[in-house]
Amino acid sequence: MGLIARHLESIGFVTTSLSSAWSITASANPPRAAFHDAPLGHTSGPPHTPAAQLAITRAALGLVEVPTDRPVILPLRQAWPLAPEHVWKAEARALADHRTPRHDTPQYERPGDAERTD
Amino acid sequence: MWPIQPPDHVDAVDYIAQTRDSYAQLGYDAYRWAEHPDAPALNAPVELAGARVGLVASGGIYQIGQVAFHHADDTGHRLIPTDVDVADLRISHFAYDTTDAKADPNVVFPIDALRTLEAEGVIGELAPRAVTFMGGIYSQRRVREELIPAVEAEMREMEVDVVLLVPV
Repeated sequence: MGLIARHLESIGFVTTSLSSAWSITASANPPRAAFHDAPLGHTSGPPHTPAAQLAITRAALGLVEVPTDRPVILPLRQAWPLAPEHVWKAEARALADHRTPRHDTPQYERPGDAERTD
Repeated sequence: MWPIQPPDHVDAVDYIAQTRDSYAQLGYDAYRWAEHPDAPALNAPVELAGARVGLVASGGIYQIGQVAFHHADDTGHRLIPTDVDVADLRISHFAYDTTDAKADPNVVFPIDALRTLEAEGVIGELAPRAVTFMGGIYSQRRVREELIPAVEAEMREMEVDVVLLVPV
């Protein structure tokens, strides 16, 4: 995603990103990012938490209003509410491969979605 | 300067190191993450209240009626109307735990938050379509040659001022 942000900024758009993976974002070096320290798969907030999702999204967008002459990654204050930090981070750091097999046919979330395609 | 390091109070999980060690354990070649030590372009700030905001998200989001993503370097994208009913959103992704995203797509696609910000006047306008795709594309060349031009074309056509990018 950092590649896309860098490209869009280079052609005149003002870009900002969310991230829950500091090292990946820092390596790709996009113009602006807000860091939400949460398990992957929740970049814009915990499920069913409209207030938290709003605050996180608002914080990322706010970066476009601040002048900067260098790329910025802003750590957000929201702590992950659904597990103690040491627990979810220990799971995230475990050397487990969670990827599922890579099919070259569409993978629908629910049975029946395929029949409803246009 | 590069890469930006987290401040001392942030104990960020290092997914680059995690992936390197995990792949080594599995006997795979090291994954090559994008590395851009050179500074990005940085445009002048804009007032959000007057800005049209575009949303780009890589969580594998599609809408009922659309073809789902496949999981082998799918560089395709989907256009999601930003007045979509969240109940019509679906998730298809091979590389993260999608349990919570399937229960509430807003965790990777903050559409309700953006609509609230538009209603409150914090942002001027939400662009009519969001661009979604499935991250985890292993070829940076294919990202550059296939995906980025498509995202650029959509942002240009909608004449957005600001782009919010939400990876997973």
